Amino acid sequence: MADRLAKTTRASRRGESVGRRRADDLGLRRALSDRLLPLLVAAMIFLASLAVGGLAGSAALARHWRYGAAAEITVQLPDTANIPTAPFAAIPGIARAERLDDAQLANLLRPWLGADPKTLSLRLPVVFDIHLTATANQAAVLHAISQTLPAALIEQNGAWLARLAALGRSLEACAALALGLVMIIAAALMVIATRAGLAARRDAIFIVHALGATDATIAWRFASRMAVLAGAGGALGALAAIPVLLALARLAAPFSASQVVLSDAASVVAALPTLVWAALPALALAACGIGFITANLTVRVWLARLP
Amino acid sequence: MRPNPPSLESPLPQTATSVRLQNCTLCYQPAATPVLAPVLDRISFAIPEGGFRWLLGPSGAGKTSLLRLLTLAERPTSGHLTLLGTAIETARRRDLPPLRRRIGMVYQDFRLLPHLSAFDNVALPLRLAGRPEAALAADVSEMLRWVGLARRADALPAELSGGEQQRTAIARAVITRPALLLADEPTGNLDDAQAERLMQLLAELNRLGTTVIVASHNAALVARHPARALVLEAGRLIADG
Repeated sequence: MADRLAKTTRASRRGESVGRRRADDLGLRRALSDRLLPLLVAAMIFLASLAVGGLAGSAALARHWRYGAAAEITVQLPDTANIPTAPFAAIPGIARAERLDDAQLANLLRPWLGADPKTLSLRLPVVFDIHLTATANQAAVLHAISQTLPAALIEQNGAWLARLAALGRSLEACAALALGLVMIIAAALMVIATRAGLAARRDAIFIVHALGATDATIAWRFASRMAVLAGAGGALGALAAIPVLLALARLAAPFSASQVVLSDAASVVAALPTLVWAALPALALAACGIGFITANLTVRVWLARLP
Repeated sequence: MRPNPPSLESPLPQTATSVRLQNCTLCYQPAATPVLAPVLDRISFAIPEGGFRWLLGPSGAGKTSLLRLLTLAERPTSGHLTLLGTAIETARRRDLPPLRRRIGMVYQDFRLLPHLSAFDNVALPLRLAGRPEAALAADVSEMLRWVGLARRADALPAELSGGEQQRTAIARAVITRPALLLADEPTGNLDDAQAERLMQLLAELNRLGTTVIVASHNAALVARHPARALVLEAGRLIADG
């Protein structure tokens, strides 16, 4: 051990032709190891990145469901004889109206009427799928349809849409909760690591304290070391999360009616929401900041017991 | 008639008090015991600036506890302690670090940081005081030369002999030119020649104006360097002269 220490010190001396390198007064490079702690922080930030991805994904799905489903109306007209050629053309707010053909209608009614409804001698209604424009006032559109076609039966998607919206909000809340929990656990982990470092360097701290070191000086030594380790771990965790997030984005693409193709750098960037790309470096920085603040506070609390 | 040996007391004019204790009591509270055990009992004395005192007494008399008070490792349980013009019982906690930097301490067990070289151990008080790296190398090198360790600057404490470690500890204690220097059994790990050399270093510092207090068991050493002595017994000061 002494030989290793000697070699380390001599090695640090060799590159000091213009001046001595500032020494690690408290020996924190060994007390706060650069092995286990960054890996644990990396795992935390990896999970936090997935939580952010989940947050962004659930928000996108909720938005898609909200605006996609809410922008569609189904209209039934019972009497085919009196249907105008383009019944919805004059109504503002309607992007397009598609009349279901016989095959589509039969397919829609198959659970109730069997494979071939025509054999039942029933008069089937004419059904339109109406897609609203993004800026349409739904209530005004419904009113206009009622005025233009008094016999129309209008089916809105309100009931299940509300359930979908609640589900989306719940998913968002769960993702945010997971993110918060992961960050709290990361902070607790850093407090434990700092306290272990304090225990390991107790004698050295007493010595520098007796030599006139202020609480701020000692706390800064720990906090800066912890910030470096946590920042490195955070960056590692965020980088490791990128391929997983891209794979999840590909899996989730059909649910949000989008497509993920990873052919070049631009398509990779476009595959994830801007929120996620911004959150990844932010999480690494947050790990660094949490490391600095928790270590600083932990050391100051510990030092407050000394005279 | 045999001439008197030279006194360690500084010849400088002594106009101010460096250390003053008035009825100072120090109690440690043992774990799981409501009884306070006094290790120092109503101690009173004063040492002028540039003074030299031996601190004598048997083991357990309270010498180390008194030194802990004087290095601000403890605050008195009761009584008044004034160090270098600062009343400790009313001083705020944040006022103590600058005061500690004016006090040098040489421990019996050296208390060098094992992962730092002799150079870095000696440079530590200057770094803690905020001295720039470029400005401290010359002073540290000079101090190591003064204690005879110029060639051992890069050695770790584990690579130094007991005497070399002691001299490194002394260099660290005096690198900031402290106004008060305390030493707890500084010759305990040294042979006679090294102990004599150490005493010459302490005497030289004292002549430069530093107040020096040395706790020792070594009666022969004390006899060779006569000076006023504080004598403790069972936590009480029984002699000051």
